[in-house]
Amino acid sequence: MKYTEDHEWLRVEGDLVVVGITEHAATQLGDVVFIELPEVEAMVAQGEEVVVIESVKAASDILAPVDGEIVAVNDRLADKPGLVNEDPTGAAWMFKMRVDDLSVLDDFMDEDEYNELIG
Amino acid sequence: MADPDATQLQRLGLHALHLSLGARMVPFAGYQMPVQYPAGVMAEHLHTRASAGLFDVSHMGQVILRPRQGLPALALSLEALVPADMLGLGAGRQRYGLFTDETGGILDDLMIANRGDHLLLVVNAACKATDLAHLRAHLGEAAEVEEITDRALLALQGPAAETALVRLVPGAAAMRFMDVAVLPWQGAEVWLSRSGYTGEDGFEISLPADAAQAFAEALLAMPEVAPAGLGARDSLRLEAGLPLYGHDIDRSTTPAEAGLGWSIPKVRRTGGARAGGFPGAGRILAELAAGAARQHVGLRPGGRAPMREGTVLYAGNTAIGAVTSGGFGPSLGAPVSMGYVSVAHAAPGTALTGAVRGKALPVAVAALPFITTRYQR
Repeated sequence: MKYTEDHEWLRVEGDLVVVGITEHAATQLGDVVFIELPEVEAMVAQGEEVVVIESVKAASDILAPVDGEIVAVNDRLADKPGLVNEDPTGAAWMFKMRVDDLSVLDDFMDEDEYNELIG
Repeated sequence: MADPDATQLQRLGLHALHLSLGARMVPFAGYQMPVQYPAGVMAEHLHTRASAGLFDVSHMGQVILRPRQGLPALALSLEALVPADMLGLGAGRQRYGLFTDETGGILDDLMIANRGDHLLLVVNAACKATDLAHLRAHLGEAAEVEEITDRALLALQGPAAETALVRLVPGAAAMRFMDVAVLPWQGAEVWLSRSGYTGEDGFEISLPADAAQAFAEALLAMPEVAPAGLGARDSLRLEAGLPLYGHDIDRSTTPAEAGLGWSIPKVRRTGGARAGGFPGAGRILAELAAGAARQHVGLRPGGRAPMREGTVLYAGNTAIGAVTSGGFGPSLGAPVSMGYVSVAHAAPGTALTGAVRGKALPVAVAALPFITTRYQR
């Protein structure tokens, strides 16, 4: 698993990158009550806002970690946004991307580096 | 925390207790305040509605007005600042009121209690300094204005609040909504009012700072009581349709627009025995008689997306208002908001749209409060 400075996790699944938010991010957000996911087949650029997460406190944006195409979104989150608090790194994955070259993930933090960031 | 502003923030007396309970502290009105505890806003909110939540609201201003020429003279002087019936406020009773300005806007909203030989006010933290200056400037002859800085203020709110509180202060059971009383607890003087900011039955409890932690811990040891932070306080008051100063009401909003005309009784209105005589009376009384051009209303978004403060509201393509408070209502399991709309669109059921992230989402005007309040009248 790789991590971004914006507290997203990235997991390779075949030739796709699965993206969600870390447990640390979910704890900071508090109870999540609404998630707006991107359109499937959307082409997104690194740094573009792709997901809006609303907690009881505030709205936050999730940015595309890399350039690519959104090929799947987790529709369960529409009805169960609280999954983000219950299982942020598992059931609450947010979207899957197809990227040109999976080696772009090499630039991101590994678990030890991420833990140091949030330490 | 490396936050450079943290050093500028005042810590309240129960700071250590909040930290030991695992609170997340945030800056609010110049104080470090607990926004939530480990249970989270949702759980704290639901626990308060189901049982009892304990809030630390010690940042709020407590002000005693001691009359120099008798309480009736003070009450009449205060009526020159607050459009309410202060003269008719009986001993042991509390009322909600507003400080208004010359344009009819709202300087602050507050509670005023008659404690027999003096008045006790509770004002918003962010307005405390300006309220004190306002009182000193205008009541100089009628009252000595004393800010109370050595007492904590707790709020115990929810259907089990009475059950819990009477174990410590038995006399609280005899109080009804908006009663105030001074009662003893372990040698300390406890100032109680049966009121709150959640739509539930409950009490606001002022007590000496050095007794507050033991009192709070005694309450928290009871199975009915759980700590609740500012986050839950905000979602509870939003569901209860209660305005938040600086958001739903401020100097740009009038009592009639804000739906707070109920706090201005007949005796202070046109034709009443003590009509007017407060700042902005001309506009305020004219609006109460004829209606205001815009109205503070409840709003129920059609989807799951919350409509937060600042969301512009449309009827067709015309902007007709904006959200002033909005979020998620845990007891409703749905987003809820309040805001101002032009009076033609203020009837409950009116279909509007709100602009959220560039999309026009459906929202309907709704009656306030969103929940059934449970005040013990």
